[in-house]
Amino acid sequence: MIPISWYLILAAILFIIGGAGVLLRRNVLIVLMSLELMLNSVNINLIAFGYEMNDPRGQIMAIFIIAITAAEVAIALGILVALVRNKPTLEVDDLTIMKG
Amino acid sequence: MEQQFFILLSLVTIATGSLVVVARNPIHSALSLVACFVQISALFVLLGSPFLAVIQIFVYVGAIMVLFLFVIMMLDIRKEAHARFIKKGAIPTIIVLIALASELLFLLSQSSRLQMAMAPDRVVDPEQIRQLSLTLFKDFLLPFEVASVILLVALVGAVVLARNEHNNNNNNNNSSKANQATTLEVDK
Repeated sequence: MIPISWYLILAAILFIIGGAGVLLRRNVLIVLMSLELMLNSVNINLIAFGYEMNDPRGQIMAIFIIAITAAEVAIALGILVALVRNKPTLEVDDLTIMKG
Repeated sequence: MEQQFFILLSLVTIATGSLVVVARNPIHSALSLVACFVQISALFVLLGSPFLAVIQIFVYVGAIMVLFLFVIMMLDIRKEAHARFIKKGAIPTIIVLIALASELLFLLSQSSRLQMAMAPDRVVDPEQIRQLSLTLFKDFLLPFEVASVILLVALVGAVVLARNEHNNNNNNNNSSKANQATTLEVDK
């Protein structure tokens, strides 16, 4: 018997770690990986609630999140490769060529 | 027993998750993110959803992280490995993060409703995946189709993004070579 709040606290800690990665790191690849970590913590929350309420819809939401994440990563890495071809840097602060 | 497993898995998850953020080399953070995803899929097994655990390993570890590793190998990261971890203007960010962390953990620890709720000791019935697929293909049929269209669009978009510039460069190079050839001929 594991209290459901343990899962939620673990997911909150993972979310904060991912947020720290997004906000503190300046490398685009690590920012994207931290984003994956945040999405995974949301998945833990959804599945924990679905398990507690005996409802398959939590797992279905998690499946959709995984599908959308795969699409997002493909697009993001495609944009990154196209961008690095134009401007060879991985720092987020230097990638400001779309600023008006 | 379950609680000990949970504590072990969550400790490894948090350790590898913070290694993702702290590691200087992107390859190290990618590999520790793989370890983190495997631990999270073990947590999904503990939560009685083995299908999601398999999907997690297939999609995240097998597809997404391999894509990341390929992109890291394609790009030159040797300069980035020496970059400073925390830049000068990071103090407001750290304050915001600490505020967010304390809020989340305070609210979760104070909530009386969550303290009561225990995850039930349910034996995973073999009908569960059948139930899941029935719900997915009956009640969520439209979102499922929309998700497949989104995946198709992302596929096409990634191919276009990664190829278009290259072709233009080739064309430009070819045309500039042709121009040089013509100028050479003119010079002659």
